[in-house]
Amino acid sequence: MGKTLFDKVWDLHVVKKITDGPDILYVDRHLIHEVTSPQAFSALKNRGMKVFRPERTFATCDHNVPTLNQDKPISDESSANAVDSLAANARENGIRYFPLGNPGNGIVHVMGPEQGIVLCGQTIVCGDSHTATHGAFGNIAFGIGTSEVEMVFASQCIMQSKPKQARIVVNGKLGKNITPKDVILYIISRLGTGGCTGCFVEYSGDVFSAMSMEGRMTVCNMSIEMGAKGGMIAPDQTTFDYISGRKFAPEGEEFEKAVSFWKTLKTDEDAVFDREYVFDASEIPPMVTYGTNPGMGMSVFDRIPTTAQGCDGETFDKALSYMGLKSGEYMMGHKVDYVFLGSCTNGRIEDFRLFAETVGNRRKAGDVVVWLVPGSKEVERKIEEEGIGDRLRAAGFEIRQPGCSACLAMNSDKIPEGKYAVSTSNRNFEGRQGYGARTILAGPVIAAEAAVNGKISFPDNK
Amino acid sequence: MEKIDKIKSAAVLMPVENIDTDQIIPARFLKTTSRDGFGEKLFYDWRFNADGTQNTSCPLNGRHGIILVAGNNFGCGSSREHAAWALHDAGFRAVVSTSFADIFKNNALNNQILPVAVSPSFHAKMMERLLEEPDKEVEIDLERQTVSLEGAGCESFAIGAYKKECLMKGYSDIDYLLANKDDILAYEAGHENL
Ligand code: SF4
Repeated sequence: MGKTLFDKVWDLHVVKKITDGPDILYVDRHLIHEVTSPQAFSALKNRGMKVFRPERTFATCDHNVPTLNQDKPISDESSANAVDSLAANARENGIRYFPLGNPGNGIVHVMGPEQGIVLCGQTIVCGDSHTATHGAFGNIAFGIGTSEVEMVFASQCIMQSKPKQARIVVNGKLGKNITPKDVILYIISRLGTGGCTGCFVEYSGDVFSAMSMEGRMTVCNMSIEMGAKGGMIAPDQTTFDYISGRKFAPEGEEFEKAVSFWKTLKTDEDAVFDREYVFDASEIPPMVTYGTNPGMGMSVFDRIPTTAQGCDGETFDKALSYMGLKSGEYMMGHKVDYVFLGSCTNGRIEDFRLFAETVGNRRKAGDVVVWLVPGSKEVERKIEEEGIGDRLRAAGFEIRQPGCSACLAMNSDKIPEGKYAVSTSNRNFEGRQGYGARTILAGPVIAAEAAVNGKISFPDNK
Repeated sequence: MEKIDKIKSAAVLMPVENIDTDQIIPARFLKTTSRDGFGEKLFYDWRFNADGTQNTSCPLNGRHGIILVAGNNFGCGSSREHAAWALHDAGFRAVVSTSFADIFKNNALNNQILPVAVSPSFHAKMMERLLEEPDKEVEIDLERQTVSLEGAGCESFAIGAYKKECLMKGYSDIDYLLANKDDILAYEAGHENL
């Protein structure tokens, strides 16, 4: 029987198999940030140990950082403390750290690929559930807890049982203004928020082959929102072109050698998956969520349903009452108070290009608060270089500085209680964007429309 | 590490599906760099109203027990181990659901909390029984891998042999990894190009 892409990468990283237990897997890249690493560093210190392979570890601060005045000290004391202790721990352990303001700084899942830290066929872990993002390059990338961060610090290895495998195929051509975000929100709405629990997913088919790396990252990023351990896409020329010339990527002959290996990273014809789902691209509509988990999504043209996949009646009703919405209501035309463009899902340069393009020569609606937050310094630099910043500022927008921002509202970018926010992030959980905040997840096109019209709308249907 | 064998206690019933880690411990409480004191913040926005008063309809207010019985797909969302720390700090030693998100499951096991996945039918029976008689004790036997509740019956649950031994003996993965340093070095020597 043939092997899947996942099998190939996994097998290559098995240090040891434990009978009736998990495998010991070697970790190629360990990404860390300030929220989930401090307790692991302290535990390591208590053992009298240092990080075993610091050259495989890369650190950035992103969750706690303000998106204004980053050149000034962080005013929130506990946030400042979290960031400072990351800097100190990185220094003590010889870990490369991208501090605030550094050209390489940004959200861990945005800066990692941009800096060429993320390659193909690797095992990548991070104390962060959206580590799945890096599967877009054909990697086994998944989020881990802080105890596991400590294990990787101590041994550069992790213990994992091999998960089940699923393949999600989307063939055909996407409609006009349908973005990668719509593709993944559609898939999650069909499978449910726990629909792929225990599985690693491979995405394949025309739609993903034609997608840019940024788009593939958006898709893989949200694998976790249907419970999947991670998602991956076989690397191809698009992948190699993206990696080529990046700061930490191999160069010259080394790069050519790497590419010839990366080309072998695909699922064999006769490989068998535990589960397989097939979707038709032409059926994927522009998506919005109406509830409090990412599976509660629907076409922007539809009425709010009476049930959702993987959600019982009581849970469904609780979600709608939190959102202040009712079954049978249209989302189209619903008033929007806040718009957030950013996060490791949609805070990349393509998302800003698409947002600006959708805005066109219109202006920001007067009564909507719009936070445009680049995912990294690199994205910020490109926004200015390409003139997107000037155009958006002329249309009444403000560009913030990079960070996780309103995606999880750990800094002061919080959506007030009861307010509706169209957000290009990944989670609409209760309180995720601020106490009582009502999140509507969508892609950059619907975000731009909301910013211009102050309500849920779509280009062909204003 | 403490050892787990039998857990017998009244249960706290939270019949909500897809409980995510942002509910178990909201992000604004994650700024501290220690592992302690998260119990007070457990389910904070469900336990307390916006004005700081207790929300009396939250099952955690007023009921005690070290076993949490929750709806389907418990622990989805963020990888924050703070969720497991908060549950442990608040006294919980087991969570019963029909399924668990993968990262939460590992985090729970690494913190001596037993995630017990039961069948939907047994889960429904348990919830029904606990609604009728909230004080009935649930009994979990790790050695025999069973969970029982009078009137609902008894069901076995799955756990890997390795993890079961770790929990029963109080071992942690990190000790195991460190004991295998030679294998790790040998692997590195054979895979210089990765
Ligand atoms: S942008 Fe949001 S989802 Fe991504 S790493 Fe930051 S907090 Fe997590």
